[in-house]
Amino acid sequence: MGGLQKKKFERGSATNYITRNRARKKLQLSLPDFRRLCILKGIYPHEPKHKKKVNKGSTAPRTFYLLKDIRFLLHEPIVGKFREYKIFVRKLKKAYGKTEWSAVERLRENKPTYKLDHIIKERYPTFIDALRDIDDALCMCFLFSTFARTGKCHVQTIQLCRRLTVEWMNYVIASRSLRKVFLSIKGIYYQAEVMGQLITWVVPYQFSHDHPVDVDYRVMATFTELYTTLLGFVSFRLYSSLNLVYPPKLDSNGESEPKEESEDDYAMNSESYLEKLSALSASLARVVSSADEEEAQLDQFPSEGEDMEKMEAREKELKQQEAQKKLFEGLKFYLNREVPRESLAFVIRCFGGQVSWDKSVCIGSTYDVTDETITHQIIDRPSVGKQYINRYYIQPQWLYDCVNAKILLPVEDYFLGVTLPPHLSPFVEEKEGDYVPPEKLKMMALQRGEKPGNEQEEDEEEEEEEEGEQEEEEEQEEDDNGDEEDDEEEVAEEKNLKKMEEQRSQDKSLHVKVTPGKLKVENKARLEQEEKAEEKRLAIMMMKKKEKYLYDKIMFGKKRKVREANKLAAKRKAHDDSEKAKKKKARK
Amino acid sequence: MKKAGGKTALKRSKEEDEEQNQIFNFNRKPADEDKDDDLSDSEDSVYSGLEDSGSDSEEEEGSDDDEEEGSDDNDDKMKEKKEGEVSEEKKKHEYEHDSSDEEDIRNTVGNIPMEWYKDFPHIGYNLDGKKIYKPIRNKDELDDFLDKMENPEYWRTVHDKQTGSDVVLSDDQVELVNRLQRGQFGDVNFNECEPMVEFFSSDVMIHPVTNRPADKRSFIPSLTEKEKVSKLVHAIKMGWIKPRRVEDDGRGRYYNLWASEDSSILARHKMHLPAPKIPLPGHHESYNPPPEYLFTDEERALWEQQDPADRKLPFVPRKYSSLRQVPAFSQFIHERFERCLDLYLCPRQRKMRVNVNPEDLIPQLPKPKDLQPFPTTRSLVYRGHSGLVRSISVSPSGQWLASGSDDGSVRFWEVCSSRCMKTVQVGGAVKSVAWNPNPSVCLLAVALDSVVLILSPSLADKQVILSSERLLSAQQEGEEPAEGNGSVVWSEAEGEELNQGLRLKIQHPKAVHQVVWHAKGDYLASVMPDNTSHLQVYIHQLSRRRSQNPFSRNKGLVQCISFHPIRPYFFVATQRSIRIYNLVKQEMTKKLQTNSKWISSMAVHPGGDHVICGSYDCKLSWFDLDLSTKPYKMLRHHKKAVRGVAYHRLYPLFASASDDGSVIVCHGTVYNDLLQNPLIVPVKVLRGHVMTHDLGVLDVTFHPTQPWVFSSGADATICLFT
Repeated sequence: MGGLQKKKFERGSATNYITRNRARKKLQLSLPDFRRLCILKGIYPHEPKHKKKVNKGSTAPRTFYLLKDIRFLLHEPIVGKFREYKIFVRKLKKAYGKTEWSAVERLRENKPTYKLDHIIKERYPTFIDALRDIDDALCMCFLFSTFARTGKCHVQTIQLCRRLTVEWMNYVIASRSLRKVFLSIKGIYYQAEVMGQLITWVVPYQFSHDHPVDVDYRVMATFTELYTTLLGFVSFRLYSSLNLVYPPKLDSNGESEPKEESEDDYAMNSESYLEKLSALSASLARVVSSADEEEAQLDQFPSEGEDMEKMEAREKELKQQEAQKKLFEGLKFYLNREVPRESLAFVIRCFGGQVSWDKSVCIGSTYDVTDETITHQIIDRPSVGKQYINRYYIQPQWLYDCVNAKILLPVEDYFLGVTLPPHLSPFVEEKEGDYVPPEKLKMMALQRGEKPGNEQEEDEEEEEEEEGEQEEEEEQEEDDNGDEEDDEEEVAEEKNLKKMEEQRSQDKSLHVKVTPGKLKVENKARLEQEEKAEEKRLAIMMMKKKEKYLYDKIMFGKKRKVREANKLAAKRKAHDDSEKAKKKKARK
Repeated sequence: MKKAGGKTALKRSKEEDEEQNQIFNFNRKPADEDKDDDLSDSEDSVYSGLEDSGSDSEEEEGSDDDEEEGSDDNDDKMKEKKEGEVSEEKKKHEYEHDSSDEEDIRNTVGNIPMEWYKDFPHIGYNLDGKKIYKPIRNKDELDDFLDKMENPEYWRTVHDKQTGSDVVLSDDQVELVNRLQRGQFGDVNFNECEPMVEFFSSDVMIHPVTNRPADKRSFIPSLTEKEKVSKLVHAIKMGWIKPRRVEDDGRGRYYNLWASEDSSILARHKMHLPAPKIPLPGHHESYNPPPEYLFTDEERALWEQQDPADRKLPFVPRKYSSLRQVPAFSQFIHERFERCLDLYLCPRQRKMRVNVNPEDLIPQLPKPKDLQPFPTTRSLVYRGHSGLVRSISVSPSGQWLASGSDDGSVRFWEVCSSRCMKTVQVGGAVKSVAWNPNPSVCLLAVALDSVVLILSPSLADKQVILSSERLLSAQQEGEEPAEGNGSVVWSEAEGEELNQGLRLKIQHPKAVHQVVWHAKGDYLASVMPDNTSHLQVYIHQLSRRRSQNPFSRNKGLVQCISFHPIRPYFFVATQRSIRIYNLVKQEMTKKLQTNSKWISSMAVHPGGDHVICGSYDCKLSWFDLDLSTKPYKMLRHHKKAVRGVAYHRLYPLFASASDDGSVIVCHGTVYNDLLQNPLIVPVKVLRGHVMTHDLGVLDVTFHPTQPWVFSSGADATICLFT
C-alpha cells in the first residue's frame, strides 16, 4: 500500500483547539493585551471532550481556545490599535528619556484611542441580545460609580459610570418597570422588566470600599470599558423607545420643580445638572410632549378551553402588574436624613409616589417636612422629636416589602421602634415540597385579599397546617419503610409467641385465658398503597445499572431537599416555642 | 583694630601680648635702659602707623573732632602727628579709593611669626626702612597687675603685636568696636534702610544703558532655526508628525446602534454560549431573614471549619434590626471580580441537565399480580436441626423434604405438616443432599466429608421401595467393581446403618462438596473441589456401581455441576465460567462467561436452554444458551452473596437465596419462539430467616408441582413459602 504515513495530532480535535500561548503568539499580543481582547470580544476558553487527544498526549493542564475563535480575532481592528498603543508607549518613554518635552506633548496629544461600537454591534446583533446580557454591565457600573475618585481607576470612568447608572435609573422610573427589590446583606438587589426581559442588578450600600489587594483592577477596568459602551447604547435605545430626550433632560414644566435656590450650592453647572438628575425627583423631558400615552389595549382573540384559561390568567397578571405600577400613586413621602436616599427615592418614584427630603441632604428636594400633605415619613431611628399627626412614621423596610407584595401592607408592623417582620427574598419561588416561611404564607394570604383577623389564631392554624404537612411527609417516609415495619411487626409477634412457648415449657399449668379476639381492621387503601410500593421496589430492582445510578442520585437529591425543609421547619418551630415561652414568662 | 573681633578676642590678644612682653623682658633685661630714651619717638611713629591703617582712615577723619574732644591725654600727640604727616597723606592719595584690607604697613616685615624677632632689639622696619625698636619694658606680672588696678585706661589698652607697643584706644575707636560687636555698620551715619534706586526702571531713559551697536546676527535669518523648521517640515511630510487631532471624545457619545437590525447571525454566534446569570439571592441573604435561616452555633462552627470551596453559603446569614445598622459587605468587589474571571476564563459547556422524572426511569413491568401464582407468605417452618442447614431436597412426588445439616443428621420431613418423619445420623456435616428425580425409585444421595451415601428412606409405596431396592441390588448380581478408578470405593452398608436406611457408601479420595442426579435417576455426579488435580468430578452409575472421571485435565476449581435435564450435556461451573460438555461426543460445546468473581451456585432451566448462576459478588446471571455465551441479564437484587438458585420445574419461576436473609422469587417466562427474549420480573422478596454468623439463607429449592419454595437457613430452620 502506498500513501503517506498518517501522523498523530494532525487531524481531528487536535486541530480544532489551540492553547492560550500559541494563540497569543499567533496574534502577536502580550498576555495583558490578549486578555483584554478576549474580554472585549467575549472569547472564552473551551474544554475539549478528549483533553489528552487535544493536548497531544500530555495531560498537563492547559487552557484551550477554539481555533476558529482565534482566527476570528485575527481580523479585529482593535488588535491594530493595541499595537499602536504599544508603539506609542515606547515613543513616549524614549521622549521622556531624552527630555524632549515638546515631543512628549505632541505624542500625548496623538495618543491612540479606540472605540468599541462595532464590537458591541457584533456581540449583540439585536437589541434584545444586548438587553439579555446587561445584568453584569449594570452591576459593574453601579459598583464603579460608588468608587472614590482617587486611585483605583480613571476619574472619567467613574464619572461615566455614574452618569450611565443615573440614566438607567431615570429610565426605569420613566418606564415604571421596576418589579422587585431586595435588601440583602451584600447590597440592594433590584429587578426590572424591560421589554420582556427580567434584568437584575445589585447596588452596594453607600460606604467607601476598602479595596482588596488580590483583585486585578485592570481586568475590572477592561470589563467596565465594554460595559459602559454597551450600557450607553442600550440607554440611548431605551430612551428613544419612550420618546425621551437623550442625554436626559429634566422636564422644565413638570409639576414638581426642584427648588432653584439650592442650585447655588454647587460650584459647577455641569455637575449640578448630573446631581439634579441623580436626585431622581423630577421627571424627564420628552421629545414629543404627549400628555398621556394611551396604553395599547390587548385585542381579545376568540379562544377555547385551555387557551381561554391561559388568557384569563395572563390578563389577571397584567392587571396585577398595572396595579403594582401605581402602588404609591397619590402618596407623599418624606425621607429622613438617615435613610438611604437614592434607593428609596428610586423605588418610590418607580411606583408613582412623590418624594422629598431635607434640602441639605441632597439637591432636588421638592417640599419640606412641614408640608401638611405628606402621608408617610420614612424614618430609621428609634425616636423622633416632633411628630405630625396626619402622617405615618414608618421604617424603610415597609416600602420594599410593599413593592415585593405588590400591595400596600398594613403599616402597623413597621412603625417607629417596632421590631420589624423578617424581610423575605422576592426571588424565591417555592415549589412543591419546599419550605415556605410562615411570613410568606401570611403575605400570600394578604395578597389574596384575606384580612388578617386574629393574628394568633392564624399563627396557630398555620402551625397546625405545618404539622399536617410534616405528618404527611412522615407518612411518606413511612411508606418507604413500610415493608420493614411489617417485618418488625412479624418479628414482634414471633417474639411474643416464643415468650409464650417459653412460659409454657417452664410451668405446664399455664393459666390459659381466652381473650376476645380483636378484629383486625384491614385498611384497604393502605394495603393497596403497600402493594404499589412493593411493586415499585421490585421494578426498581430490575433497573439497568446506569438508570439505577441516575435514579438513586435523583432520589438522593429529593430526600436531601425534604430533609433541609424539615430542618428549617424544626428550627422555626423551636424558635417560635422559645419566643412563646418568653412571652408567657413576661406575662407572668 | 583688625583684631578686635570681640571682647574675648581682644583679651586674648592682650594676654598673648603680655606673654610676648614677658619673653621680651626676660631676654632684654640688660638692654632695657638703652631703650628708654627712644620711647617717645617710637610711640609717635607707632601711633602714626595706626592712624594710617587701611580702611579706617576715612572714619578716623570723619570723627576727628569727637576724638579731639574726648581724648584728653592724646591731644597734643595727635596734633603733632597731624602736622607731621600732612605730606605723607598727600602722597598716599592715590590709594584713597582702595578700600582693600591690606596688611599692616607700620611694620614692613609682613605676615610672619613675630618670634623670629625675639632675639633682636627691634621688631621690624618702618616704611622708611628704619628699625622699629621694641618698647623698653620691664613689665612683669606685678606691673601688669598694678597697671590693671591703677591705670584707668587699662581696659582700652591694646597690645600691638606688630609694633610691640600698647595702644590706648580712643573713645571713637571703642565705640566702633562696640558697634561692630553688635553687628551694626561701623559708620554711625550710614542708613541701611535707604530706598533703593533702581538702575533699570520702568521709565524710559533718554540714553541707552549701553551704547553697544547691534550684532550682525540680529539682522540675518537664523540658520539653526532654519534647520529646526526644515526638520519639522520633513517630519510632517513623512507623516511622522500628525496635525493635532480634533478633540472628539468618542466615549459617552451614543447613537442608535441597532438602527438596522439585520438578523444575519454570524456563524460564531451559533456556537456562542451566553454566560449563565448569577443565581438570585434567597431568604438567607436578607438583612433581616426569618429566624430559621440564621446559623445556630454548631452550624456556624461547621461553616468556619469548612474549606471555602465546600461551603454551601459563601457568607454567614446575619440579622440586623434596622436598615441603618447594615454595614458594607466586605466581599462585594471580590464577588464582582470573581464574576469577571468566570466570564472570561471559564470554559463554557452546554450541560445537558437530565430533567427526567424519576418515575419514568422505572421500567414498566407486568404487575406481579398478573404473574401469579408465586409464593408470597411464609406458611411453615421446619424446626429440628441444631446446625446450619446446608442443603435441602424435595422428593419427586412433592410429599417429602430431605435436609442435611452441619449437626451431622439428615432429616426427612413431611412437607404439608412440617413433621420430621425420620432422622438419620450420618456422623459428619452434610454438604449436600439430592433426591433421586426418578419417581419410580425413592433414593437420596447425601454428600458428607469424602463419602457419598445412598439412602433409601422408605417413605413411599411398597412398590417404589421395592423398585429402588431392586436398583440397588441389581449390580450385586453383575458384581463388576469399578477397576478403572481404584480411588473410588463402593461399599454396602451393614448392620445399624442398614436399619437407618443406609444402602451404599461411595468412598471418594477427597471431600465431596456436591452431589447431583441425572434426570433418569441412574447416574449421579459428585464434586470434589481441588485446584491441583484433574480428579474433581466423578460420575457414578448406580445400576452398575461404576464410577468414572470424565475429565483428564484440570480447568479450574469446580464449584458446582449439573446435568442437562433432557440431553446428554453436563454443566461444570468453575470459579468464573461455566463449561458445557457433550457427554456422548466427549467434548466441550460451550463456555459461558459469567462476568462475576466467584460462582456459588447454578441451576438449569427444565427446558434446558437457560441457565442461571449465582455468585458471591451478589449477582445473579441469566444465560440464554441460544443467544450468547454472555449473560442475557445480570440481576443485582441481593445485597450480599448469593448462595443458592433454583428453577421451578413447571411454573416459570426461579428463586435466589442470599446471605442478606432474603429469598427473591422472580418470574422468568421462556418463550418457545426464538425471537422473543425471556421475560424476567422479580415478583416477591421473601424474608423469614434470621441472620446468624453473617449467614442468611443457604439453599433454596422449589416444590416439584406446587408454586412453593423451600429455603434453608443458617438459623437451623427450613421455611416453606406458599
